[in-house]
Formats: sequence, structure tokens, C-alpha cells
Amino acid sequence: MSGNANGYKWIGTRTIRPDGVDKVTGRAAFGADFSLPGMLVGKILRSPHAHARILSIKTNKAEAFPGVKAVVTSADFPEIPASEAIKGSSPPNYRHLSQNLMAREKVFYDGHAVAAVAATSTAVADEALSLIEVEYEILPHVTDVLEAMKPDAPILHDDLFTGGVDPKPEKPSNVAKRVEFAIGDIDAGFAEADVIVERDYTTEGIHQGYIETHAVVANMGEDGQATIWCSSQGHFMVRQYTAGLLNMNIGDIKVTPAEIGGGFGGKTTVYLEPAALLLSRKSGHSIKMVMTRDEVFRGTGPTSGSAMTIKIGAKKDGKIVAAEADLKFFAGAFPGAPVHLGCMCGFTPYDIENVMAVGYDVVTNRPKAISYRAPGAPIAAFAIESAIDELAGKLGIEPLALREINAARKGTRTAYGPTLGVVGFEETLEAAKNHPHYSEPLGPNQGRGIASGYWFNVGGESSASVSINEDGSVTVTSGAPDVGGSRASLCIMAAEVLGVDIGQVRAVIGDTNATGFNRHTGGSRVTFALGMVVIQATEDCVEQLSTAAAKIWDIDLEAVVWEGGYARPAGDNAGKFEPLSLSDLAAKTPMTGGPISSKKSSNVQGAGPAFGTHICDVEVDRETGQVKILRYTAIQDAGRAIHPGYVEGQMQGGVAQGIGWALNEEYVYGEDGRLQNSGFLDYRMPVASDLPMIDTVIVEVPNPTHPYGVRGVGEIPIIPPMAAVANAIEDAVGLRLSSLPMSPPKVLAALQNGA
Amino acid sequence: MAKNHVTTTINGEPVEFLCETQQTLLDVLRDELQLTGSKEGCASGDCGACSVMVDGRLVCSCLVMGVEAEGSDIETIEGMAEGDQLHPLQQKFLENAALQCGICTPGFLIAAKSLLEKNPDPTETEVRYWLAGNLCRCTGYDKIIRSVLEVAADAKRA
Amino acid sequence: MRSLVRELDGRFPGIGAALGDGMAVAIDGQIFQDYFLEEVGPNSEVCFLPAIEGG
Repeated sequence: MSGNANGYKWIGTRTIRPDGVDKVTGRAAFGADFSLPGMLVGKILRSPHAHARILSIKTNKAEAFPGVKAVVTSADFPEIPASEAIKGSSPPNYRHLSQNLMAREKVFYDGHAVAAVAATSTAVADEALSLIEVEYEILPHVTDVLEAMKPDAPILHDDLFTGGVDPKPEKPSNVAKRVEFAIGDIDAGFAEADVIVERDYTTEGIHQGYIETHAVVANMGEDGQATIWCSSQGHFMVRQYTAGLLNMNIGDIKVTPAEIGGGFGGKTTVYLEPAALLLSRKSGHSIKMVMTRDEVFRGTGPTSGSAMTIKIGAKKDGKIVAAEADLKFFAGAFPGAPVHLGCMCGFTPYDIENVMAVGYDVVTNRPKAISYRAPGAPIAAFAIESAIDELAGKLGIEPLALREINAARKGTRTAYGPTLGVVGFEETLEAAKNHPHYSEPLGPNQGRGIASGYWFNVGGESSASVSINEDGSVTVTSGAPDVGGSRASLCIMAAEVLGVDIGQVRAVIGDTNATGFNRHTGGSRVTFALGMVVIQATEDCVEQLSTAAAKIWDIDLEAVVWEGGYARPAGDNAGKFEPLSLSDLAAKTPMTGGPISSKKSSNVQGAGPAFGTHICDVEVDRETGQVKILRYTAIQDAGRAIHPGYVEGQMQGGVAQGIGWALNEEYVYGEDGRLQNSGFLDYRMPVASDLPMIDTVIVEVPNPTHPYGVRGVGEIPIIPPMAAVANAIEDAVGLRLSSLPMSPPKVLAALQNGA
Repeated sequence: MAKNHVTTTINGEPVEFLCETQQTLLDVLRDELQLTGSKEGCASGDCGACSVMVDGRLVCSCLVMGVEAEGSDIETIEGMAEGDQLHPLQQKFLENAALQCGICTPGFLIAAKSLLEKNPDPTETEVRYWLAGNLCRCTGYDKIIRSVLEVAADAKRA
Repeated sequence: MRSLVRELDGRFPGIGAALGDGMAVAIDGQIFQDYFLEEVGPNSEVCFLPAIEGG
């Protein structure tokens, strides 16, 4: 592995990730791979009803069954009044979170947790669950977002009143809040337009689909000190949320992160941990709880489904003069749909003077929604990027050209307020236009679609430490879980700063006692924000190393330079000294001031927002309605690709998820409000035979606020695919499909009705 | 509930274990033998994360009962490397960044190994259809497929 | 920013609480999730927006 054209030694090279061998040999320990001596099996009892009042829960038979050591219900959880629902700067509403993790007076969805047991084996635990007697009063339910907004809809929460409307409502509603983002004068804008397109769109509930189910091993001692081993997207988040839910001191909980088998936003919250701790305290034993796949679908958070209306107006020359979005997202059982993020991202690729984006956060009898890769943005982009395509058709302008005419760039005012800094949208459009894929000829029933997308990316609280070991090797300790290979990138950045061989640097993810607080892994933040603190800590180590050299040579610090992994005298005037390597200096640390290490904690700001543009070719089978993806090219501005292999991987993975979202994935509910497809057979995610190779083009418009120009990359790639596929279908067979998924029965019906 | 006594061979080593009648081979590997390299993603044979070979045949160990292992030859991910020598597939996956979270990786490696043993020079389509029983949510399969094809090409050249 | 919010709350009583609760700020195009101590210039563009979470 040698340096590259940018002049860096390691940035931009394809090193082997330091945790890789464990992953290819099966040694890596994921959440369910931990065990403790004498541990019990924990299991959750889940509601079979979509909406019901809990009249009584009788646990005595379960408790008496041989091998059952503890049973808990909401009675064991502290009640969190509305006045204490928000705790400091911690994101969730703890009252809702508590009710979601263990139902109180009502159950709100098929799969809602009602009780938990700890027993000596899985078989005994399952038996115990069947012995718990729950008396329900079944209530009418609602799973559809538009139905839930009707005045006569069954109301989930008597204490939920729509926020963001004036005057304040007196009747409870399923609409938790209304948000609005606007610039300019939308009516004046439409009045000016020569051409207007307007259409309704719908999307279904979609699960993140991580292959690893949720798992935890937990232990609570008699002194109230707890240890938790689990995989998550944030072990500090696990500690914080668990402490908040159980009214414990944060410092009394230690969370050790397991390797995580996929999260995509779905593991940025807790599900099992509090119940596991309560079972442990009650039984006096460690507890292991592992969800089944059925539980993951019925009991954990998918992202929202939606009903949307998009209206866009443009002048004959293609300049968009007005854009309006009405987005209704369902949040599941408790408020929190990412509708505001959809409103904020949707039109941002375009420089439009008059924009109005309105969003509604609506509760329904489904599992409580949680983040899924760029939450809210893919849903809005499906509709908006489809509308842009329809507008292009009506104007007689190529879709790519229409985007170029209206492209956002540095200085463009966004609809959610801020003005954009240095961004690379136009560069992605340029790369798309010049790519051979763009002009490849197509056959019958084949079509090509283009779509773009935008995501802010985040920074956030990050803590890391860098230590020079006694032999000159380097340990980087980071506090944010590695979901996709970020340890490789952190090693690359540290090695680059130090100028040493990549093989000398190791990255570990420390437990909650090892570093300062870290916001969870999400928002495409780790390479950017953890990278930032790692770089700063490493630079501080370089200063300490140089100081040590200065002491050894008995010269001023200013006379020492750090170059290519060595301390060197700055010039001949400084003295003729042999360069000192990391291992030379590490060997002498007892004499030069002590161990060399540095830690850095900060709330990293200045994340670089980014854009992607995708090209998709499909072939539609008119007999079956099946849509085959023939070719796919994803182009994205990464700022600077620290490890191109893992950047490409993020792009390809996001595209595959987007294709699944476009063509097959959906939650199917029966008339009784029960989930019918709670497994991988019928919740149909893409397999290898569904996809072609996914070509990637990494554009680099460096982020000015990061030393190496990094922009987050993980979330953008899931934003364009649904519209890219829909636009390709329209190009292939002349049909505008506006409802996801575009599964064979729906495509076939559209072909029969509209072709 | 008396347990069953089973004698079998795992990764070339003779192994004996006790298991309950309803335990699957996956349960036994993970919970009785501490061979946690095979993963449970669905327990219904849909995701392939539990892939092992039984008597040279690729199976989902969540669909095989523990007692069925009697007298069989079982290969798991733990036996794929030889001492400190990684199998070419393992090495190629690392070089090509063909894994991100890594949870599906053991299943893919076993499945790919079984493919190349039967069909040493597969086409891209053959590789994709053979591996269609293994779900990956992180990679979009691209680098996995390329890795398998490259290992096959390397072996052909050798 | 803290002074700015105090001034706004003086002119529009109650707005201070609303602006602290789960809001982020964009100062001259750069987003800050925790912004109380950030510097604001006389010609700065300041936008209050909902905090951004990722997945």
C-alpha cells in the first residue's frame, strides 16, 4: 500500500481494516455471542392486538412455574410523568419510550411488549409466557395515515393535542404536530409558472432490515451497579436511555459494546436493556435476551410510511418558480415521525425562490418509528424527484438538464433557512452526464431514470483518545460503534498525521468507562466527527513527541519538526541529530516526561452537507409486472474519501436498500391490525440475484471545515433510488407509478389500466 | 425431558454433545459448543447467516435438528482457516472490503466455499443465484460477488 | 447566541424556552446543534431549525 495522487500517505488508500480477520473467521463477538456463567434466558410477552386497554395482568402462574426466576411488567418500571419526559439534552420523550418498552394502560400495536420473564431455559421461558394471563378490552384500531387523521378515527392518546397549530386544539388527535418550512410567496410563485405538475404519492412502512436481531446480556448487582453487553449504535446512548428509564445514576451503568450486525438507525434506541436489568435485579442472576426475527418486525421501529402531495411550477425555460410539498408521515404508536427532516431536505437540491413544505406527524397502531438511514429524506425524495422528472417531461427538457438549470450551489438559500456553503451537487450532475451509463442505448420495455438527493450529515459529541504504546505502536480508542468499517478510517487518519505505517496503528471501541461521552453512530458522523477528535488528539501526541525529542536533544521545541514519522532537527542550526522514531521516543518516555497520550472530547460542528445523483436502468416484464434492475450507477460527493473501498460500500449498500424500498419491501397489515409478514420470506429484501453490480463514482468537493475535507457518506445513497427506479419505469413503459412499493401486482395492474 | 447424546465430527474433530430434542443444530453449535461464528438471523432458513456444510452439503443449520448431526461431518466458519492461514475467500473478502458489519460474512464464506467446490469456474449469474439464499443488508452484494469471482479466477490461473 | 436568545425572549416573552428545546441553529450556513456559546457577527444570518438526527 503506497501513497496516492493527492499527496497523502494513507488517506485514500484501501487498507485492510484492523477488525477484519475476526469478522471473516467468526471470532468477532456480536450481541448474542456473549455469555455469562449462570445466566438466565429472558423473553418478552407481546400483545396480539393492534389497540386494546389492558384490564389486568396475572403473573402468579408464570412465577410459580419451575425454572421461572422473575417476571416483570410495567409495574416494575418507574412511572414517568409528562413533566419529566424530557431529560436535559437527551433526545427522546422518556415517557413515551417507557410506555413503548413496556405497555402501561394500553397496548398500541400487535407486538407491543406487555411483560417479561427470566427462566432457566428458552423452553421454560416460552412456557412461562403462555402462563401469563392478560385481560384485554379490544379497541378499534387504525394503521393508515389518512384514516388516522380523519375526525372520527380511533384516538390512540387522550393526552395528545396537535402541536404547531393555532388556536391550540381542545380535542385530542392522532396528529401530534404540524410543521411548516417556507420561503418567498408560494401563491405568487405559482401564478408566474408556465407549467405546473401536481400529484399524490404514498409509501409504506419499511424496516431497516439488519440481519442481527437485538440482543443483550445484562447484570444488576444488589448495590444497583449494572453492566450491559449489547450491540447498538451507541453504547453511551444505551447507558443514558436505560438510566433515564429506570431512574438510575448514569455512572452506575457500564455498557460494553459488542460488534453490531447492522443498524441503519434502527439501533439508535433501546428495547430490551431496561427489562433485562429489572429481571436481573429481581432474579439475582445475569440475563440474556435475544429477539427473534418475528419480534424484530413486530416490536421494533420501522421508518414511517406516508401520503404526500407535491406541486411544482416552472417557466418555459425550465426555471422552477414555485415548489410545494404536503407530507403526512405516520409515526407508529408514539409521536416522532421524521417528517420535518423530509420537509427540510426534499427541495434542497434546487435553487427555488418560493417554497412551502408542510408536514404532519401522525400516530397509528403500528410499532413506534425510529430512524432509518437519512430519516424522512428518502420518503420525500421519492415524491419530489418523481415530480421533477414529470415536470421535465411536461417542459420537454431532459431531467438531468432540468436539474442543472436549477441546481443549488454555494450561496443558495434553502427552504429550511440556512444558506449553503461549499457543496458538490453540480459536480455530481456533471459526473452523471459524462458517465458512459448515461448514454448507453436501451432496448424494448427498458428505461432510464435519474434522481438526486441531499442530506445534512451531522457532527456531534465525540470523544477519543490516542496513546503511543511503549514500543511505538499506536492505540486509538474511540467511543462510537463501528457499523461499516470506520475503524479503518480512524487508523488511516492517525497514521497520516503521525506519518507512520498503517500496521502500527490499532483502533478499538472502548466501553462507556473508557472515553468521554459520544453521541450515537448515525447521521453519517463517525468518519467526520470521531475523525476530527482523533486527528486533534494525534496532533497533540505529535506535539508531545516533539517535546520529548527536544528534551533529548536539549534544544527548543521550535527547533524540532515532525516529518514522515520521525522527529528531526528543524535545520542545521538546530544541531546534527539522528531522527527519532515513535519507538525510539516511546522507549525513553520515563525520562522525558512520562507516557505520551492525548484525549479529546468536543461537540464537533461543521459537518459537510452532501449530494448524490443516481442513474438507473430497468426492464419491465409486461406479463408479470416484475421490474428488473439492469444497471445502476451511484454518484456522490464524499468530500474526501478516506478509505474508498468503504465509501463505495456505503453507496452500494444504500442503493440496495433503496431498490428494496422501491420494488418489494412493505409492512402488510390485516383487517385485524395484525402484521402478516413478520419474516424475511414475505418482507422481501433484495438478494444477490435481484441486483446487478452497482457502479460508484466518488466526487470530491472537500468540506472546508475538516482537515482532510471529509463529508459524511452513509446516508445519501438511500435517498435517490426509489425515484430513480420510478423514473426508469416511466421511461420504459410510459407509466408514472406513485405508490411504493412498485411490486409486480401493482405494476401489472398499472399496465393493464394505463398502458 | 431427557437429553439426547450425539456423536459427530465438526471441522475434522470428533465431538460429543447433549441436546434437547427441539434444539436445532444452530442452537447446539452456539449454545452447547460455543461455536458462535454461525449466526441466527431469522431461525426460518431465509437469511443464510447460519450456513454450514453437513456431509459436504450447504444447509441452514437452523433447519437441521441437533440430533440429525449424529454420525455426520460438519464444517463451520471456525474451520475455514487452516491454522493461521486464511482461506483465499477470507483473504479476498478483506482485500476487497466485501464486508461492513460482518454478521452475514460467515454464512457467505461457507456458501461461497461450497459453490467453488462444486463449480470452480462459475459465471456472475451462477454466483448470484447460488448466494441468493444469503441475505446481506450492508454491501449490496457487489464486492462479495466480485470477491468470489476473483478467487475462482485466481485458482484457474494457478 | 445566548445573548441573542435573551434579547429575543425580552421582545417576545416565552420564545427563549421554545428556542432551547430540541432546536439547532444555522449561523451563516453552518449548522450547530448546541449553539449557546457560538459567536454571532453584526451581519450574520441566523436560522433556528429543528435538531437533526440521523440513522
